[in-house]
Amino acid sequence: MVVDFSLLLPEMLLAGLGFLVLAVDLFLPQDRPERRNKAVAAVAVVGMAAVAAMAIATQPDRSASVYGGLLFIDAYALLFKTLFLGVGIAVVLMSVEYVGRVIRHPGEFYGLIVFAVLGANLMAGAGELLTAYISLELLSFCLFVLVGLTRGDRRSAEASTKYILLGAISSAVMLYGISLLYGTSGTTVFREMGPEFWDNFSPTVIVGLAMLLAGIGFKLALVPFHLWAPDVYEGAPTPVTALVAVLSKAATFALLLRFLAEARVGTLDEWQLALAVLAAATMTVGTLTALVQRNIKRLLAYSSIAQVGFVMVGVVAMTEAGANAVLLHLVGYAFTNLAAFAVVVTVEAKTRKEEIADYAGLSTASPLMAMVLTAALFSLAGLPIFAGFITKFYLFTAAADAGYLWLAVLAIANSVISLYYYLRVVREMYITEPDPEPERIRLSPTSAGALWALLAGTIAVGVYPGPFADAVDAATNALRAYAGGA
Amino acid sequence: MSFFERHVLESLIYLPMLTAAVLVALPFGWRAAARWLSVASGLALLVGSLYVFFVFDRSPDASGAVDGFQLVRVLPWFDQLGIDFRLGVDGVATLMVLLTGIVAFAGTIIAANVERETKSYYALLFILIAGVYGTFVSIDLFFFFFFYELAIVPMYLLIGVWGSSTKFKTFDRPKEYGAMKLVLMIVAASLLVWVAIIVMYNEAGLGTFSIPALSEFALSGGEGGGPGFSPEFQRIVFPLVMVGFGLLAGMWPLHTWSPDGHVAAPTTVSMLHAGVLMKLGAFGIIRVGMLLLPEGMRDWAMVLFILGTVNVIYGAISAMAQTDLKYVVGYSSVSHMGYVLMGIATMDPVGITGASLQMFSHGVMTALFFAVVGAIYERTHTRDILVLNGLASRMGWITAFFVIAGLTSLGLPGLSGFIAELLVFVGAFRTVPVLGVLGVLGALLTAVYILRLVARVFLGERSSQWDGLSDLTAREGFAMGVLVVPIVLVGVYPGPFLDVIKPGVDLVLLALGE
Repeated sequence: MVVDFSLLLPEMLLAGLGFLVLAVDLFLPQDRPERRNKAVAAVAVVGMAAVAAMAIATQPDRSASVYGGLLFIDAYALLFKTLFLGVGIAVVLMSVEYVGRVIRHPGEFYGLIVFAVLGANLMAGAGELLTAYISLELLSFCLFVLVGLTRGDRRSAEASTKYILLGAISSAVMLYGISLLYGTSGTTVFREMGPEFWDNFSPTVIVGLAMLLAGIGFKLALVPFHLWAPDVYEGAPTPVTALVAVLSKAATFALLLRFLAEARVGTLDEWQLALAVLAAATMTVGTLTALVQRNIKRLLAYSSIAQVGFVMVGVVAMTEAGANAVLLHLVGYAFTNLAAFAVVVTVEAKTRKEEIADYAGLSTASPLMAMVLTAALFSLAGLPIFAGFITKFYLFTAAADAGYLWLAVLAIANSVISLYYYLRVVREMYITEPDPEPERIRLSPTSAGALWALLAGTIAVGVYPGPFADAVDAATNALRAYAGGA
Repeated sequence: MSFFERHVLESLIYLPMLTAAVLVALPFGWRAAARWLSVASGLALLVGSLYVFFVFDRSPDASGAVDGFQLVRVLPWFDQLGIDFRLGVDGVATLMVLLTGIVAFAGTIIAANVERETKSYYALLFILIAGVYGTFVSIDLFFFFFFYELAIVPMYLLIGVWGSSTKFKTFDRPKEYGAMKLVLMIVAASLLVWVAIIVMYNEAGLGTFSIPALSEFALSGGEGGGPGFSPEFQRIVFPLVMVGFGLLAGMWPLHTWSPDGHVAAPTTVSMLHAGVLMKLGAFGIIRVGMLLLPEGMRDWAMVLFILGTVNVIYGAISAMAQTDLKYVVGYSSVSHMGYVLMGIATMDPVGITGASLQMFSHGVMTALFFAVVGAIYERTHTRDILVLNGLASRMGWITAFFVIAGLTSLGLPGLSGFIAELLVFVGAFRTVPVLGVLGVLGALLTAVYILRLVARVFLGERSSQWDGLSDLTAREGFAMGVLVVPIVLVGVYPGPFLDVIKPGVDLVLLALGE
């Protein structure tokens, strides 16, 4: 077999970039930490932007795969690669100031972000269970280290320990599930499995698939595998929380959706119903638990659990419209959640505070940040003109169309409840009289620029979704189950 | 279609959005610029609305009409779901566009009184206005819902930041309470509408949210040329629409957000919200309920009729019991929206015409009410009826405007309320006379609380603490004058207004098969 290595160029360059970032940090003079931090961040940002441009430019006209279906280079993978690189760039930009104050190792920090993005990109392309597993581990290992990177902070160490232990167990469960599937089918390649394989209802297949889904459920923080999420979100350095919330979730969905579509698991009603119940439990538990949170990071953690439940609604539908809706929601969700986290990161870098009550008077301290956070929260609640409105509308319509009206209604009900706790944050920022009067917060040009860009993205998806929807459509058409719009 | 005809509806949405964006981008402290820009934009909106009103073809066989809608404009937006940015107006919508223009213009002038964060206040106000316009002119169910929700987005901040709290004898009603209650109740109700839209879309299976297409389907889209949505389907879905929109129209017993929210809101927001936004609810029942689910409407008409009558009586009695001037007006809105619901529920040409005219009449009247009450509060810093007295001798203009609004609301001939309520009563007597009688009784109760209020607050002896009060400024007087013009015009020369409503009512009657 001849492997066309040029297809793998973006991934190779990204790996090279990771080492470059580490190396740049080594060779820069140690006596000026501020400049060193900025220089390393700049290398990471420029490098990732270049890789994204490269990936788009070298994209083959037709879907291609290497190593006999192990890794796909298609429109689906490209959409996610672009998204993930964008997420990486946004996270680096929002964390420059934070890293300068809290973390002493910029090289490790940015380097690990680059490697995490690499893992995520490979997950989006993986067409085989072991490749998927290894990519997932690459992403997870980077996150394990990043979560514990604030040395000396007990919460960070605790979060990291929890994350590693539970992550290792879930990986073991997943790997065991993969071995069971391999044992019965004799293959780990998605396309070589098929409806006839899943139809043969042997207990090994059922247990194997259940274990695989449990492992994925852990990464997604699906109820009942969600208990790690709030502690990790709270303890991790805040930019890393953003990475866990956006990058790791979206990459896992990319993997799950490709697996379900290529291996045609979705044609089985039993699994659909099981996923529907998981989705219902996830969004309800996430929404109700978020009601009582006082810490903004925990609030966003539970809200992201609820959001995962909403995305699952589209996964359950197992139709092309459902898959489109999932992808569009992930794009909108990336903009929205990054916008929210950009504000939380900046506020923490400036004031070292992360309780919701500490946001009192943010509208006078920094009108821009208050506006962006309000827009992001409204988008999460699913109000127009923001991304969340159209993407949720799409998700729920697709689910209802596929016969899951009850799930759509439940999701809609959860949306109202969620509006209540988002409005509580808005009330702190705009209505509560702060005591003492907070100082004005001056934003650096990079932070302000990142905030404006994320706000613009959140609104763009909401008011002009056409181009995004077309890109998403092209992406899902690359999957076998939805090829040619079938 | 001429250039203006093609673009006027969309510019009624773009202009307020653009104004909001420019206001956000204005540098700090440019308060005067923000005011001038907003008032200019308000004026432009009024001109645009008047243009729509006059260009609307009233003849029965209107040449430019598509499925009964005029000034139609379709822009593709989201192909995968079949959503188009589809705009157009029928007769009722045209009148509502005019109402929005009048109230928005008067509101932007009154809002110049706001001192705190003027720029942000105006920006949010214009988002609200864009949402209201968008709902009235959208003939795509998705965008109808989009703008409906958009109108709610700014409400929490508008009330929470610029509103006012009320102290009762035994408890407080902080403004945050009113804001949260209003937003959550309206959003919760709108989700019923959301569910209804999704099931209608799926049931019809046309792959489009276009209201004309769905209404065509509802009329004759089913197999064998029968109605598209089965009667059972309509019977189940109609209540979702009725409750979802009814809540925003202040339908009893879901009206409780309205007095609390409107009292807590700052003056302009009360004007727009009670004057225009509540109409969205009634408009939604006509547009979605009657046009797309006529069978369901027939099944549930009696319930709506009774609830509407309860609204009239309950609102009037509650208004009598209030000691806060603004709560009186708030409950009078609940009462008057009852006439609208009654008129709709008659399913009678006269009754529906009356309901539409009442929407317009009440919108202008209640905006005037809230403007006057706001002006009084700014000068006296109280709204307590038991404390205020003899204001007429210090505030002649304020008194005059309040009396005009009051007389309109109790249905004095020569003012708009008389004709609108008369038509509703005629419609009611032609269908369910008993409820018609109760409705007239409600009008009587209105007379009691309004006249009592006038006697106590404005007439009689003035206490010394009100000696230093000043009357309206020219600017405020002008804004209120803008509101008085349509009240008088409809009262003495209703012809043009009824002519505009007629094609809209015909459209609904066609759907109802009457």
